[in-house]
Amino acid sequence: MITNTETGEVELQPEVLEAVVVRFVGDSGDGMQLTGTQFTDTSAMFGNDIATFPNYPSEIRAPQGSLYGVSGFQVHIGSIEVSTPGDNVDLLVAMNPAGLKTNLYSVKPGHTIIVDTDSFTKKNLEKAAYKTNPLEDGSLENYRVIKVAMSSLTKEALKDVEGLDNKSLARTKNMFSLGMIYWMYNRSTEHTIDFFNKKFKSKPGLIEANTKVLNAGFYYAETLELIPNSYTISPAKLPVGTYRIVMGNTATAWGLLAAAEKSGLELFLGSYPITPATDILHELVKHKHFGVKAFQAEDEIAGVTSAIGASFAGDLAVTTTSGPGLALKGEAIGLAMIIELPLVIINVQRGGPSTGLPTKTEQSDLLQAMYGRNGESPVIVIAASTPGNCFNFAYEAARLALEHMTPVILLTDGYIANGSAPWKIRNVADLPEIKNRKITESKENWHPYDRDEKTLARDWAIPGTPGLEHRVGGLEKDSVTGNVSHVPENHEKMTHIRAEKIRLVQNNIPDLETEFADSGDLLVIGWGGTYGALHSAVKQINKEGYKNIGLAHFNYINPMPKNTEEVLSRFKKIIVCELNSGQFASILKINHSKFEFFQHNKIQGLPFSNGELIEQFKKIV
Amino acid sequence: METTAVKKYTFKDFTSDQEVRWCPGCDDYVVLRSMQKALPDMGIAKEDAVFISGIGCSSRFPYYMDTYGMHSIHGRAPGIASGVKLANPKLSVWVMTGDGDSMAIGGNHFIHVLRRNIDLNIVMFNNEIYGLTKGQFSPTSLIGQKTKSSPYGNTQPPFSPGELALGANARFFARIGGNNPKAMTQIFIDAHKFKGTSLVEVLQNCVIFNDGCYSNVTDKDVKEDKQIYLEHGKPMIFGKESDKGLVLNGLKLEVVTIGENGITQEDLLVHNAKEEDKTLHQMLVRLKYPLATGIIRSFEDVTL
Ligand SMILES: Cc1ncc(C[n+]2csc(CCOP(=O)(O)OP(=O)(O)O)c2C)c(N)n1
Ligand code: SF4
Ligand SMILES: [Mg+2]
Repeated sequence: MITNTETGEVELQPEVLEAVVVRFVGDSGDGMQLTGTQFTDTSAMFGNDIATFPNYPSEIRAPQGSLYGVSGFQVHIGSIEVSTPGDNVDLLVAMNPAGLKTNLYSVKPGHTIIVDTDSFTKKNLEKAAYKTNPLEDGSLENYRVIKVAMSSLTKEALKDVEGLDNKSLARTKNMFSLGMIYWMYNRSTEHTIDFFNKKFKSKPGLIEANTKVLNAGFYYAETLELIPNSYTISPAKLPVGTYRIVMGNTATAWGLLAAAEKSGLELFLGSYPITPATDILHELVKHKHFGVKAFQAEDEIAGVTSAIGASFAGDLAVTTTSGPGLALKGEAIGLAMIIELPLVIINVQRGGPSTGLPTKTEQSDLLQAMYGRNGESPVIVIAASTPGNCFNFAYEAARLALEHMTPVILLTDGYIANGSAPWKIRNVADLPEIKNRKITESKENWHPYDRDEKTLARDWAIPGTPGLEHRVGGLEKDSVTGNVSHVPENHEKMTHIRAEKIRLVQNNIPDLETEFADSGDLLVIGWGGTYGALHSAVKQINKEGYKNIGLAHFNYINPMPKNTEEVLSRFKKIIVCELNSGQFASILKINHSKFEFFQHNKIQGLPFSNGELIEQFKKIV
Repeated sequence: METTAVKKYTFKDFTSDQEVRWCPGCDDYVVLRSMQKALPDMGIAKEDAVFISGIGCSSRFPYYMDTYGMHSIHGRAPGIASGVKLANPKLSVWVMTGDGDSMAIGGNHFIHVLRRNIDLNIVMFNNEIYGLTKGQFSPTSLIGQKTKSSPYGNTQPPFSPGELALGANARFFARIGGNNPKAMTQIFIDAHKFKGTSLVEVLQNCVIFNDGCYSNVTDKDVKEDKQIYLEHGKPMIFGKESDKGLVLNGLKLEVVTIGENGITQEDLLVHNAKEEDKTLHQMLVRLKYPLATGIIRSFEDVTL
């Protein structure tokens, strides 16, 4: 927890990591020196575009009071040269408790620590002067800790290798962790294996052992679908308050908890595990004591249908998933739409199509969220844009669902869901009001689909309320009585009502704002999780003398803010940047056909880099 | 929920203003009326009953009940009902489903809802056919059965719903002929009272697409000879003359006649629906002659 008591400038600086510093630490007996030297020696073999192993001293300067015997090496993966070794480690691999203890200070809050759990024995904990096991006592809650039984996995991987003593075999466990990191950061193992072949030319046993263990680590990370944290918001200048470092998925869960509290409802989550959305389920199951009902269903369909049932019965109902799961939920979302029940659907996007790239980021489910249902089936679609504001938009999704009696799809993505940010602990009292539409008393001549004049939202009459017994269903219904109706004109009328109801949400969402310039030569448009990259790039290009380049980042997609057309008209040129082949651009083109939209698209499972964006912007201006 | 000051209802209180659209003569009418008659005796307030259905002829059911209800999507009623019950445990929640709805498209939800044992009630209308889509074979259609999608006879072996349910660890399973409203009404009341998921299979005649599918066991003149109506704590007796019964012979149930070969009523098995071990329940479910009806299993277990 960070507490800032001085008034600071309100500036959260999104930082997209284009380079990652990984530090491996362990006992000197773990072969750290050997490995470190090997990698510094071979750094020349790696092109900048693949990976750089800067020429660090292979021994890391340990802080004062370090425990005797800890050593390590540091690897720098990425395309940008880093000039200072610094203490900003993005990922720490700790082979033992002493290594963790002496290097924890260097890890950026919210970032990842991989530990060899086999080494966290009572004896080793004592040696490192730990009174309690840090893996169990909650002291690492500000980090993402990945626990791997590395020694046993290494041993298992080498069980068929002959002719090496146990000590040499055990030393290869570094390669297990390196293999994991290569997978997480999209690096090939090829160069390292070439290196083994040269280095150990005279000891084929070592070539085999090291290669096996490196590959075992690589595949292990793949099987576990480990996702790196490559998005941070630096806590440099923070306004007054108490902060926690949170991951996007955690912030999402907390936003839902806050919305439940604010609206006076119980929270129900129906979900089926899927990368990278599962952490929301993991977080919410912890809050049973707050009345959270987290139901792990047999599949995504049961996840969403159980949520629909809970919504029918009066809970704030949520289902969480990722792309393939959203596809399965489509029919049920259509049901929630036609029976007009509040429902929050969270889609943590990953690379598609099909199983696609589970651990990579992409914004390719936008059109699925917009149109991925049979019939004309409009729902509200919003998107979070930073790890921290996953809180705000989860809250907002609940607010809009409850106030407008409709499903709301919230899009986040693997990148912000696993990214971290300092998040200011908020008082629920300070959050925007949520007015749910429950009615508790029967009224004369009441019909289930009577509508609010301004929003067209219906009442929420829940089972258990005397006198309001009614049936809802997926068949088309009469616009007045709500009874099943096959009348042609009525169906057309209902289709228009359902569309209009979503359009009217425009009156309940903020205007679109621009940053850096209100008008000018170029408007950069983005939506969702690319905010950090676009913000940095537009900021930089404006600094370089291009004065009037603005950024308009969308969080509200269906409906779009009322002033969208007006904002577009203030700029000479418009470029839409997204991590797909142009889905948001296509929606803009349909709705604002008088403008020309340039596009910058990337579909590699990777976030935008600063360089590529700036180059594009320059080209167009 | 059982409350003391519940108003005394009649079946009319549970009848909605919607015109019932099933084909004349369909057993679905019997199920509807039995349910409307059972509800006043469940001791619950009208607003606390909720009917959730999927899609199919049978799934039209909620529209005809003047209670809270949802006609949802094909096969998914168990998920919705689970959500309703978890959100508000005081409700009496009913899943109304067909053989296709529950065991074809909804098969996965069906086994998992039984496994979890949430306090829900499921009524499955088994007409061994897809009624609403006009007569294709279903997962319970018999081999050789000619339907619109099996003009040369069905080649897919069927499920036995009872065996499937017990395999999925159903704690309450009852089977009842679609022409037996009196027993059906009582079974619905017992299903409601049972804590856990109760499944009632109704042998439902579809007069249009599978007429007579159960007539050899449910018709008035044969039913006493061809069915055994099981009651907890009572000997397993059947037959027009109440002279037939069941005994265990090795690992098989055997039909015996009282008075023949020295058999007396004391030799017959006594039905224990509440037994945790489901071996005998499974045998009863599998039995072809006589067909076991009534509450076959009713074992109170931990509920979710
Ligand atoms: C997703 C989906 N697939 C298919 C259908 C078409 N469909 C509706 S009911 C039904 C079968 C119903 O059979 P059953 O559950 O046995 O009910 P019955 O009509 O016999 O009572 C089918 C295939 C549908 N409505 N939705
Ligand atoms: S088609 Fe069959 S099941 Fe459907 S209503 Fe008619 S008789 Fe009943
Ligand atoms: Mg059927």
